[in-house]
Amino acid sequence: MNNMSLAEITAKLEQEPIRKGFGRGLLEAGKRWDNVVAACADLTDSTQMNLFAKEFPERYIEIGVAEQNLVTTGSGLAAMGKVPFVSSYAAFSPGRNWEQIRTTICLNDRPVKIIGSHAGVSVGPDGATHQMLEDVALMRVLPNMVVIAPCDSVEAEKATIAMATDKRPNYMRLAREATPVFTTDKTPFEIGKAYVFEPGEDVSIIATGTMTYQALAAVDLLYKNGIDAEVVHVPTIKPLDESTILKSTRKTGAVVTVEEGQINGGLGGAIAELLAEEHPTPIKRIGMRDHFGESGKPEELLKHFGLDAKHIRLAVHAVLERKN
Amino acid sequence: MQKLSLKQLETIANSIREDIIRMLVHAGSGHSAGPLGLADIFTALYFDILKHDPKNPDWDERDILLLSNGHCVPVRYATMARAGYFDRSELMTLRQLGSRLQGHPERTRLPGLENTSGPLGSGLSQACGMSLAMRMDNQSHRWIYVVVGDGEQDEGNVWEAAMLAGKYKLSNIIAITDRNNIQIDGPTEQVMPLEDLKAKWQAFGWHVLEIDGNDIEAVIDACAMGRAVENKPVMIIAHTVPGKGVDFMEYDFHWHGKPPNKEEAKKALHELRTLGGKIRSEHE
Repeated sequence: MNNMSLAEITAKLEQEPIRKGFGRGLLEAGKRWDNVVAACADLTDSTQMNLFAKEFPERYIEIGVAEQNLVTTGSGLAAMGKVPFVSSYAAFSPGRNWEQIRTTICLNDRPVKIIGSHAGVSVGPDGATHQMLEDVALMRVLPNMVVIAPCDSVEAEKATIAMATDKRPNYMRLAREATPVFTTDKTPFEIGKAYVFEPGEDVSIIATGTMTYQALAAVDLLYKNGIDAEVVHVPTIKPLDESTILKSTRKTGAVVTVEEGQINGGLGGAIAELLAEEHPTPIKRIGMRDHFGESGKPEELLKHFGLDAKHIRLAVHAVLERKN
Repeated sequence: MQKLSLKQLETIANSIREDIIRMLVHAGSGHSAGPLGLADIFTALYFDILKHDPKNPDWDERDILLLSNGHCVPVRYATMARAGYFDRSELMTLRQLGSRLQGHPERTRLPGLENTSGPLGSGLSQACGMSLAMRMDNQSHRWIYVVVGDGEQDEGNVWEAAMLAGKYKLSNIIAITDRNNIQIDGPTEQVMPLEDLKAKWQAFGWHVLEIDGNDIEAVIDACAMGRAVENKPVMIIAHTVPGKGVDFMEYDFHWHGKPPNKEEAKKALHELRTLGGKIRSEHE
């Protein structure tokens, strides 16, 4: 990073909601592959399926406000060789229809692509009912399921196109608010891979989704304190890229995980499980700690719940005290 | 395929009932009433109605049969074995470790199954997805049959699917409600009243037929009538006798979720053998 302040860097970056990248990716996947179809539960515009629906009306199904039917119809579409993308808000899908996903998609092994938009507290004023925080935990425990949380709209676009040819059931979480676009067309993305976005020696900050940008922002703050932090971006929470993560944590010997969701069962849970079995390491987990969100402005909420660069910095200091 | 006579079909249905009793007593757990009640419907489907090939279960021109109330799967296994999907001896592996015949059906384990089910309410939704895909691919000449329980219709998911099929006029779906009036906690009309069931399905945009589901000829005729209906999905409300063919099980909701013990199985098989003799003599 350079000498600009975080505010200056962020101000220079384009801001776009991650879900927009999904919309573009789905349209592109639709153009490339005839068997890509889409269904939505009455949230076509806000989950960004409108681009696809307009271009391919004969391959688009409006399900209405019926999330159990959404994913189960998806299972039937997949049974006939389609690659169905089914979208709603994450609070409703996979929030409401977990059993249907378990039985008709995971156990039944059908490659349905479940898109949960509006995940995290950054949903903002809509409040706790709509701020989905448990989706990663819900999907992570299901055999056969792949769980993806892209860090910006560009990565979401790549992830969507990759999902269209993946033979497994997939879940991808998206965010509502505009966030910085800091990856480019050239940034690598592959399902199942984690990436070192910023190399460092002293501590591994392992982040996913919207929080990866906050982790990178924290690197600058830490550098001023003489701490050389490594940032590992984990867009695929399941299956976890264990070798990349263990390589980083063996080198640094200290870990902070960061996510916009419950740490119980989330990325923090996944990393803690991995390290406990393979390489016990001091760890501090940033995320929601067994409580719900509430109404507020997105940036206010991130600050309130400790999901920003400043709190990541504090967590790094705390974990470094336990190192050695 | 040469059509079988009614006598042949009734004889097959009776043999399937015997197999169901043998499977359940051997397994030591499972559901008795529903599978026995459905034996005539499954016989009609596999031995007359369905376009299918037991030697090529993935045939891409086959009709689809979804079992939504997965707990009734013993009748499907027994019928599939009779139809030649696998050897009848495998029926005795039901519910055992390593068996392809899981307690509730798992598609990925046994060729010929079209869905994994047990948790109720999801069969019709899967039929909707299949029908929509077939429409996109100009495959709507294939038929999708779905067997749905009556107690199962307490599930909201069923009515979500009912609305979707009505909206998109998914006319290659023919659903059959196993209307046996029982569920685990008692008679359906006490647990959660379903009536007026016919009016409900009609209100959701379905063409509804009502038949005696233990009359094989009626099942075959109703499916033929269903296939002639244009622009609407079809619901056949098939009134069946739970535990059909075994006197002490018939109409008794206590037999929904338990198998016969050895003594009871012996008695049941004796009754079914007598019935078999009756079928043979009646048609002579």
